[in-house]
Amino acid sequence: MHETDMTKALIMTVRDWWESQPGQPAIEKVHLTVGQFTCVEPVSLQFAFDVQTKGTFLDKAELVIRETPLIAFCHPCQTEYRPEIGCQYACPHCQAPLEDIRSGRELKIDRVEYAEVPQPLATADP
Amino acid sequence: MHQTFDAALGINLLHANQDEADHNRTHLDAWRITCFNLMSSPGAGKTALLEKTLAALSPDLQIAVIEGDMTTELDADRLRQSGVPVIAINTGRSCHLDARMVAGGLHQLAEHHNPHALDLVLVENVGNLVCPAEFEVGEHAKVALLSITEGEDKPLKYPVMFREADVLLVTKLDLAPYLDIDVAQIEANIRQINPDVTVIPVSAKTGEGLERWYDWVRNAVREHQSHFELIAQI
Repeated sequence: MHETDMTKALIMTVRDWWESQPGQPAIEKVHLTVGQFTCVEPVSLQFAFDVQTKGTFLDKAELVIRETPLIAFCHPCQTEYRPEIGCQYACPHCQAPLEDIRSGRELKIDRVEYAEVPQPLATADP
Repeated sequence: MHQTFDAALGINLLHANQDEADHNRTHLDAWRITCFNLMSSPGAGKTALLEKTLAALSPDLQIAVIEGDMTTELDADRLRQSGVPVIAINTGRSCHLDARMVAGGLHQLAEHHNPHALDLVLVENVGNLVCPAEFEVGEHAKVALLSITEGEDKPLKYPVMFREADVLLVTKLDLAPYLDIDVAQIEANIRQINPDVTVIPVSAKTGEGLERWYDWVRNAVREHQSHFELIAQI
């Protein structure tokens, strides 16, 4: 259940950003990138987010998770390939082991979408 | 009119843990302490390995243990028999140690013992092959254990843990005659994911392979300390 802790970290990071914004805009969406070669399950993250944001500044916000595939680069073949998690990690052409990971280890808060804060009318200097 | 704006954050989800882990490492480096994070599934033999390791190395190396367990101090009590300082951390419902918990452990250690006199801190993580892999605690190397009773396929099923490991100890080698297990296949499987890992098959019961593990520990501590000497000269 480390998704619970990760969600806590996520909420705290977004709150820091939100508190630093003038007028504390209403957050509509929080976009995450979660790689397939991490120990994070998007469904659990989504569930933890829904539970933990109830009654907070993120109550109405939607969590949008983009998953990135595991992509490796094989040096002998000079080509990218997709390992099959759980079965085959070595290069399918030359059997070289998994060295460079080009995608799949991401665990990132990409961006937040928020609504415009109504600006008070400017008053002329006396 | 309703308008939506975008703010790019681009922040690692685990940045707070990473910052705290780096902070721990800075303290450890200042004390010239080398730190290993021991990880495995429950029952792979982390505590048994530590019992042997403390007995064999602690006269020459000054060692302390930070022991993570969900609820009890059973493992910590076992290790206290060896006479080395053992700090127990109960993680409660959390399935891994995080950097903040280990920071608390290091503070306790520094309160009751002189940290400058220590050479090595061994962190025994909560038994779990999934979560600890994502949470650095400030260690200089990750040590994974896999017992031969768990099966050859585990590196393939829990790839993140085995990808991150600097050393893999294949434990309970004494049980090999009773099992249909191919130790060479365990090594081949982990090398698919982590070609540079050091693999050491051991048995804490018979002592087989333990000398190689002790040598690895002594070397890692020596290398790390000479690195400190170099930095001190700059």
